[in-house]
Order: sequence, then C-alpha cells, then structure tokens
Amino acid sequence: MKARSAAGPHSVRVPVFGGARRRVYRLSIYLLLMATSFCFLIPLFWLISSAVKPSDQIFVFPQVWIPHPAEWNNFTIALTSLPFGQFALNTLTIAVLVTVGNVFSSAFVAYGFARFRFPGRNVLFIVMLATLMVPGQILLVPQFIMYYKLGWINTFAPLIVPAFFGSAFYVFLIRQFFMNIPPELKDAAYIDGAGEWTIFSRIYLPLSKSALTAVAIFSFQGAWNDFLGPLIYLNSQKLYTLQIGLTEFEGIFHSNWNYIMAASAVIMLPMIVIFFIGQRYFIQGILMSGTKG
Amino acid sequence: MGAPPQEAMPVLRVMRRPRRETAMGYLFISPWIIGFIVFVAGPLIASLIISMTDYNLLSSPQFIGLQNYAHMFGDANFWLSLQVTFYYALLAVPIDLIVALVLAIMLNQNVRFMPLFRTIFYLPALLPPVAISMLWIWILNPAYGILNTFLKTIGLPQPQWFLTPQTTVPGYVIMSIWGLGTWMVIFLAGLQNVPAELYEAAVLDGSGVWAKFWHVTLPMISPVLFFNLVMGIVGAFSFFTQAFVIGQGTGTGAGVSNSGLFYALYLYQKAFSELQMGYASALGWALFLIVMLLTLLVFRSSALWVYYGGESSR
Repeated sequence: MKARSAAGPHSVRVPVFGGARRRVYRLSIYLLLMATSFCFLIPLFWLISSAVKPSDQIFVFPQVWIPHPAEWNNFTIALTSLPFGQFALNTLTIAVLVTVGNVFSSAFVAYGFARFRFPGRNVLFIVMLATLMVPGQILLVPQFIMYYKLGWINTFAPLIVPAFFGSAFYVFLIRQFFMNIPPELKDAAYIDGAGEWTIFSRIYLPLSKSALTAVAIFSFQGAWNDFLGPLIYLNSQKLYTLQIGLTEFEGIFHSNWNYIMAASAVIMLPMIVIFFIGQRYFIQGILMSGTKG
Repeated sequence: MGAPPQEAMPVLRVMRRPRRETAMGYLFISPWIIGFIVFVAGPLIASLIISMTDYNLLSSPQFIGLQNYAHMFGDANFWLSLQVTFYYALLAVPIDLIVALVLAIMLNQNVRFMPLFRTIFYLPALLPPVAISMLWIWILNPAYGILNTFLKTIGLPQPQWFLTPQTTVPGYVIMSIWGLGTWMVIFLAGLQNVPAELYEAAVLDGSGVWAKFWHVTLPMISPVLFFNLVMGIVGAFSFFTQAFVIGQGTGTGAGVSNSGLFYALYLYQKAFSELQMGYASALGWALFLIVMLLTLLVFRSSALWVYYGGESSR
C-alpha cells in the first residue's frame, strides 16, 4: 500500500485491483514452480537416501526416507569393489582430450565458415548442418569396421580422434558467435599486417571465451556421459570408463541398491559440480544456438 | 560521410584477394572436410555396400545382393523393434514437448529466484544416462519403488513397470520426462526471442492469458517447436543407453518378451552380439530412410503450422 502511494503519478496506469491480482498471480507461479521443483528433486533425494541406507533398510515398506543410522561406509564399499579410480582416470583422460579437440578444431573450422567468402561455402555449411540429422546408428557398423582394420579396437583412439575434426553442432555454435564480432576488427588487424592465424588466435578466440567455454562444458559432459562408444570399443577392464564400470558393478551387486545408488551418485557428482560452476554457460550455449548470425 | 568507405571495403577486399580468401577459407574448414569424408560420408557409403554382404568381421564379406533387406521383412524382431520405437516416440515426443513448453513458460515469468528454479529443472538433463537408468530401475521397482508408493497413496493402480510388457515403454516415457531439460531450455530461448511489443499489442486488444498464448506465443515459437519435434523423432530412433542398461539391469535383456527392444538396441545386438555386420548395416539404412521420411513428413506439414514471418531473410 505504502509503496503504491510512494510511486506517485506513475502508478495511475495500474488499476486498483492490479496489485492484488498480481499478488495472486505471483503466489500461484511460486506454488507451481515449487511443486515442480519438488517433483524434479525427489528422485535425487531418493538416490542419496538409498545410497546411505544400511542393507536392512532397503527392502522395507513403507520406505525409509531418512536412513538411521546413515551408512556412509557404503561409498567406500561401492568404490573399492572395482577399480573405480582407474575408471575415473580413463574417463578423465578421454573427456579432457575430447574437449580440447572439440574446442580447437570447431573454433578453427567456425572461423573458416564465419570470416571468408569462397565458392561452395554455403553448400558445405548446409551439408554440415545436415549431418546433424544423420542418426549415429547408421555409422556405427562401418566406423567399427574401420577402427577394427586400423587396429584401434580396445584403445581410446576411436573415442578421441574424431573430436579433432570439428563437430558440426559446435562449429555451428561458435560460428554464430564469430558472426557477431564486428568485421572492422579484422580489417584493422589486416591493415596492421596481422596474418589470419594471429587474427584468429589473438582476436577471435579471446573475444569468444563464453562460447568456447559453453562448447568445452558440453563436450566434457558428452564424453563423460558417453556409454555406447566405450561399450563398443573398450574390452579390457583396465580401459573401462566410469559408465561401463557402473554397469559392470550393477551386474555384480545386483539388487544391492544402496551400493548401486552410492556408485551412481559418485559418478553423477562431477557433472553436478561442473553444472553449478558453469551453469550460465550451459544455458547461454543453448540460447546462442537460437541467435541468428 | 561514414557510409561510402564502409560500402567500399568489402568490395575492395573481394576484388583484391579472392583466390587468397578462397584458399584461406578452405584451409580453415579443412579439418571438418577431412572429418566429414572419413567419419561420415565414407562410412555412409561403406555401410550401403556392407549392407549387401554377409560379413561377420572374421571371414571375408560375401556379396549377397539385397538378401539382407529381404530378410528384414520376415524378421519378427525387426517389426517388433519398430513397434517399440514408434510406441515410445508417439508417447514420449508429444508428452515431453508439451511438458517442456509448459515448464519453459513457467520459467519465463518475471519473478524472483528464477535462476534457482531453472537450475533445478535442467539439472537431470545433464546427468549420465547410465546412472539415471540405475536410479529409475530402483524408482520404478514395483514393490519398493517410490513411484508406486505415491500412486498407492493417491489411490491409483500400481503397474509392474519394467517387469511386464505392457508398461515397459511407459516406464521409459516417465523417465524421459525427468530429463527433458534441454528441450525446455530451447523453448525458453524461443520464448525470450518473442518481441515484447507483440504481447503489449495483444493486451491493448484486450487479449487474455489464453488468447495471448494461442495467438502470440505459439505462432512465434512454432519454429522452435518444429526443431524439437524433428530432433525428438531422430532421438527416439537413437534411444540406446537407457534401453541397454535397463534391459540388463532388470535381467530381462531387452525387456520382458522383448518389450523394450528399441530399434537401436536391436541393431546393436545384431552387430556386436551376433556379429552380423551386413544385416546390421541394412538395419542402419532402413533406420536412416525411416528417419528421413518422417523428417520430410514433418517438414512438409510444417508449412501448415510453422510461422516464419518474423524472421529476416539472413
């Protein structure tokens, strides 16, 4: 009430009932948002709750929501029963190399598409976007045979090497970003005698940090979460990634849900941490794909 | 005064070094061109050739013409996997899209703490599918899972989910709703691109909330809806990890009586469990044709319901 009278003549446009209606609207939005948040969070709460349950509190009805006592030891049991440290190291190696490869090769290619005019450019760009529509399953068998002939089966190579040749979606994202960098910058650098590599690495890359970070986060997440690739290409346990390790673990501890949930939670954790650190890049990355170049 | 040099610059550039520019352009995009030939175009053609052979990786391939394709017609599991995949797509794509749009609209309201809600809604979408699958086997456990407890509380029947053929696919659909964050954010991006003037104009015309949604929001985001629809269809045919992990985790292989035999899972079984590389390639091409046909269908129909009027030509 006070606030409205203080607002003075500007509040004239708002009808008297506006404040009350607006409050009802806000309240209902909050209620909706909170109810939905509850639905989204409950599975995660159940995950954590199950992860710290003593074995005799799993198969009970009604369910135990807050385990008593919380069995933190489950994490130790889960993570030492298989060489999860090795799996984590393997996953990290693959994910880091994939990320580096994707960011640099995609930025490089994006610069070519964004800043040069040459015959065939538009056709090639459309071909590149069209590859996004090709279902990966059709490439599975021939790629496998190719890597088999190259002797790359049971190595990380099939998972890492393709990342160094530009990924269509990331090229598209970065190109959109590059298109918004004023060409005058490049022209000025030309006049100063800078070469293309200098312009690319000293002007375009530093100006696109947010786009590159978004791509880095997306590729890291993609590599960390990948299952099909490691499933097909890695046979020996010492090369397993965390995702493969988790299915192996499930096969051994079938229906020991506390251990399975503990292992699952640990494997999810890095993604959650990365998300909270880089969340504005996540959302931005997706928003960027919507901006027109 | 400032205009003529700005106009002249690009012309000058094109005239002065067109060949250099072409060479540099191709140099920069060369990694993608090589990658495209080696990892996409080459395998695509190879796949077509392999699909006409009998090949188990260990002995040399035997050319058998179109026999693999002919065999498909009599393969009950091929039809079953199509049925499972279509059933999933027809349920999951519309449900996920509608829920994602509603959530995006909720997140587009101008109230406080929005970043927090956005984070919560989006979070599940980036978690590892393997771990998520484990979690949902447990959530959908018929006796001790929390979903059935909830259904019991509100007096609804409690299905056996992954342990009975009728509810296997619906189980996957429920799981997919939890992870629809990416679609939601794409919708949100679309909503934020709707010019505020359009809403103001609608309000001046006396439009209510529903009319605004129907006549402004929906037409303006129809291109986004279209994009999500196409990607949703392609996604359903690539649905693999959850199908594999849950099939294995419930001890049913591909669901009870193969009720969770998704197309991609069947292709995987043929290729990597039975080493029928020729037949698996034929399955791959059939998948490609089906997806292309569906995409084309959506594209054709899009003229009727997708609004592109607001976009500039470039």
